Amino acid sequence: MPDEVLLTVRRLRTWFELRRWGFVRVGFVRAVDGVDFELHRGEAVAVVGESGSGKSTLAKTILGLHRPRQGEIIFEGREVGGEKDLRRYRSRVGYVQQDPYGALPPFMNVQRILEEPLAINGEANPGARMQRIREVLDEVRLSPVEDFLPRFPHMLSGGQQQRLVVARAMILRPQLIVADEPVSMLDASVRIEILQLLRGLQARYNLSIIYITHDLSTVRYFCERVFVMYGGMIIEQASTDDLLRNPQHPYTQALLAAIPDPDPENASRVRVVPPGEPPSLLSPPSGCRFHPRCPAFMKGICEVQIPPDFEPAPGHRVACWLYDERGQGGPPAPSRA
Amino acid sequence: MSAGNGFFSVEDLRLHFRTARGPVQAVDGVSFTLDRGRALVVVGESGCGKSSLARAILRLLPRNVHAYSGSVRLNGMDVMRLPEEQFRREIRWTRLALVPQGAMNSLNPVIRVGDQAAEPLLIHGRAGSPAAARQSVQEVFHEVGVPRDFLDRYPFELSGGMRQRVALATALVTKPDLIVLDEPTSALDVLTQAGIMNLLKTIKRETRTNFVLITHDIAAASEIADDAAVMYAGQLVETSRAEQFYREPLHPYSRALMASVPTLRAEKTLEFIPGRPPSLINPPPGCRFADRCPYRFDKCSEEPPMLKVDNRLVKCWLYR
Amino acid sequence: MSRVWSELRRYPTAVAGLAIIGLLVAISIYTVIAIPYGEAIRLWRGGEGVWSENPRNARPIWFNLLPGVELPRTITVSSQRAPRRVEAVGGGVKQVTMSLAFDFPYRTFPTELAVFFDAAYAERAPHVVLTWQPPDGSEIRLGEFTAEPHGIYRISSDQRLRQTLGGAPEIVLFSAPAAPQHPLRGRYTLTITGFLFEESAHLDARLVVYGRAHGLAGTDDQRRDLMIALLWGTPVAMAFGLLAAVGSTVSTLVIAAIGVWYGGWVDGLIQRITEVNLIVPAVPILIMIGTLYSRSLWIILSVVILLSVFAGTKTYRALFLQVKESPYIEAARSYGAGNLRIVLAYMLPRAVPVLLPQFVTLIPSFVFLEATLDIVGLGDPLLPTWGKVLDDAYRAGALFGGYYYWVLQPAALLMLSGLGFAMLGFALDRVFNPRLREL
Repeated sequence: MPDEVLLTVRRLRTWFELRRWGFVRVGFVRAVDGVDFELHRGEAVAVVGESGSGKSTLAKTILGLHRPRQGEIIFEGREVGGEKDLRRYRSRVGYVQQDPYGALPPFMNVQRILEEPLAINGEANPGARMQRIREVLDEVRLSPVEDFLPRFPHMLSGGQQQRLVVARAMILRPQLIVADEPVSMLDASVRIEILQLLRGLQARYNLSIIYITHDLSTVRYFCERVFVMYGGMIIEQASTDDLLRNPQHPYTQALLAAIPDPDPENASRVRVVPPGEPPSLLSPPSGCRFHPRCPAFMKGICEVQIPPDFEPAPGHRVACWLYDERGQGGPPAPSRA
Repeated sequence: MSAGNGFFSVEDLRLHFRTARGPVQAVDGVSFTLDRGRALVVVGESGCGKSSLARAILRLLPRNVHAYSGSVRLNGMDVMRLPEEQFRREIRWTRLALVPQGAMNSLNPVIRVGDQAAEPLLIHGRAGSPAAARQSVQEVFHEVGVPRDFLDRYPFELSGGMRQRVALATALVTKPDLIVLDEPTSALDVLTQAGIMNLLKTIKRETRTNFVLITHDIAAASEIADDAAVMYAGQLVETSRAEQFYREPLHPYSRALMASVPTLRAEKTLEFIPGRPPSLINPPPGCRFADRCPYRFDKCSEEPPMLKVDNRLVKCWLYR
Repeated sequence: MSRVWSELRRYPTAVAGLAIIGLLVAISIYTVIAIPYGEAIRLWRGGEGVWSENPRNARPIWFNLLPGVELPRTITVSSQRAPRRVEAVGGGVKQVTMSLAFDFPYRTFPTELAVFFDAAYAERAPHVVLTWQPPDGSEIRLGEFTAEPHGIYRISSDQRLRQTLGGAPEIVLFSAPAAPQHPLRGRYTLTITGFLFEESAHLDARLVVYGRAHGLAGTDDQRRDLMIALLWGTPVAMAFGLLAAVGSTVSTLVIAAIGVWYGGWVDGLIQRITEVNLIVPAVPILIMIGTLYSRSLWIILSVVILLSVFAGTKTYRALFLQVKESPYIEAARSYGAGNLRIVLAYMLPRAVPVLLPQFVTLIPSFVFLEATLDIVGLGDPLLPTWGKVLDDAYRAGALFGGYYYWVLQPAALLMLSGLGFAMLGFALDRVFNPRLREL
């Protein structure tokens, strides 16, 4: 069922307390500051942003590694709240991390690494465990399986390590995989291997995937929808095609304009880059977080209030005052802040 | 790829390291020529020896060197022949500079960035006084886009992009003839990367400084490349002018690499390269890419020389 | 594990260290089997008759291997193997004449002379007369007295005899009047004439001519064979060192890991205790406890462990703080690993490369600590250990008396054990931390 909603995230905020000298609270780092979206079964969604946009924190909050300060995460119809829910939830969500070597305990061999999630989640029968381990290693094409079982992470190549991480993420038969920059530490020629692997798994098991990345070029090969994050908020949501063809938010436009393709003409062009730096999550700018750098800045509105989501085209949402159909200066629609 | 006899040239450069398991042939006979004011990009994946190439050019050698030979010519003079002390005084950092990989993370955390950038001037006696050095640093900071008041800040107060600019400024402050940059933007965000690339383009145009940019990112490389070279298993397998290279790579590895890079704007099917690059300890005889090459034939068991195709060089028997 | 072993083999120091440790372990096992604990305690306590036939302060017999050294061994002559004549002399009295003869070939005088009597009787003790016959044919009357069931007549300590002879008996009885500097070599006979007054009475005697060399390690001033203490000191040292090292290291690790993982007030508390522990001096506390409370080895061991547990947490804390941020720990949380599992199965193993070399080099420091306590006088009073031997030697003024072997032998063993573990430990360090190899 392509339209069944697997995961709903509403008004999610993850703030980190900043303390000085251990107990004087100085303020909050607002890593995720009001995120809403829906994820369908079998859908691959990219969360794109630069460092400091909060995308990693969003991923970890969805995984249950951070406690949100506010907001709801509703998975398979049930809200994920207390400890008990969290345990069950965690076994339905797989995590693929950025650093393949760091994600694997160096003192455990392949078999042990894959056994751990099974043992922790109650699979006591060693025979059943081994069977599942073999299945999953086959799935990620680390075969012959017997060869790989006794190996330690440092005996595997980067690509193989990442396959193992994917295997570990898949071993509990999750419904959702959160992949945080899964290929950015791999060589160019190995990246596609892993992306194709994930794509294949998605198709075969009707998996939903949240793919966190800063590299928009890979998104096209992999995801149906894209969320663009800036300053802890999602500022644009659209289908991949739509976003790449008609980016609406000025930040998205700048982002796309800054990405080079391998083209010799690049050497003679100068790219337009928005001035300034990504906003501080501790003391973010008032109103729209992008306004200090925005070429389309409208004084009197942009720095005053955080824009809500507008929908200039079906399925394409932008959090930008430029798309306020009622014209500038009118009373704002119910904001989501 | 160079018209004249080249402002900067490297010939048969070799750097082998001694390890417990045998000599690592990190740089194994690299040659290229660069005209004045042009930028060469050396593209390669991890383990191909590209970082060792940077060190070999600057003669920044570790203690376990097994072999180091070849020639590095700057404006006709072979700087490899110079004794160590003379090289240090006259060439390194004054005429040849380096922005090493992860430079932004290797700034000294307890020294202000302005003082760090001034060090090359003071060490090489290029500034009359500390005040004059500070003045030069201010100028260079302005060139690279670091605001004036950052001179007295510490590295931890700066963002990644800013620190990279400081590292670049430190290399530029002595106005060298050539700068080697090792993965200058790989740890940076897209927008910051674009900014740094813009900066390099401007500097190249205005000061005619040569760049040798080493990276695995073939798309980012196209931003600044005048000439392109591809490195595999310690050797250069292709060198040519950038336009020719990006339009049509010749070597099977270059082709495969190009096919594995996703593009934002153009439609294309991506293909990955099966297998792994060979170990640099005892590399296999013959062409080192042969076991992964779709076009392999029996001649490939013999190591191909650099063959000329138009004014490009390709290390592949297909072009005999 | 096998990788570690093959690396280790390349270091001669490691192989030597392992050999030494292996030797010490072998000695320990042998000792505990050959001389059980109870037996060892009994022997070391000495007391009635246990050591009386050993010479005092005798050198080890291997001293005789040195050039120019000739130390007399102890000679024992038993009446049960000597010719005996029994005559009735009327009145129910029997006269027993025993001739205890021996050859004395040495160039140095014996240290002591004694006769051990074994008399059995109901009411009237036998009367005994002793006569000495040196090789030159003369005859000297030593004395007469009443025999007791287990009497000892110490000829050398007999003051009256000394006055009569005009010198120390063990010297005068063995030298010719004309040449008193060297002993007369030849056959000596002690004739014991005993008068038994009962039908069932019985008399046996043993002559002991105490030498200057005894046993593999010599004897101390209480005639105890030092080998007992040297042998028994080995398992005590090994056990104490090992147990203390294991106990403290494991505890330190777990505490450091728990502190780092749970953070907050748990970490704070552990850190404060650690800091106090670092300041508190261990040896004075041990001295206090030993003096005021108990000197039992197990009590001291427990206190030592307790005092060292918190001290080492800072090193591991630094390591664990780093490990805590590792991506694989995050991954473990994401597939549901609980806190305890993460601490024990994911964090602790990372400490092994640091732990193992440190642990090995820690063992000798505990061995020395135990010896130190003994020397200070606070060791377990019953147990024979190396430190105890050193303590006794010090109190008896061994170095002033020239009994160097008494001090050097236990010292050598202490150094050897320290060396063995240190060599192994340093090699292990190089195996686990390759960067040290360049040094």
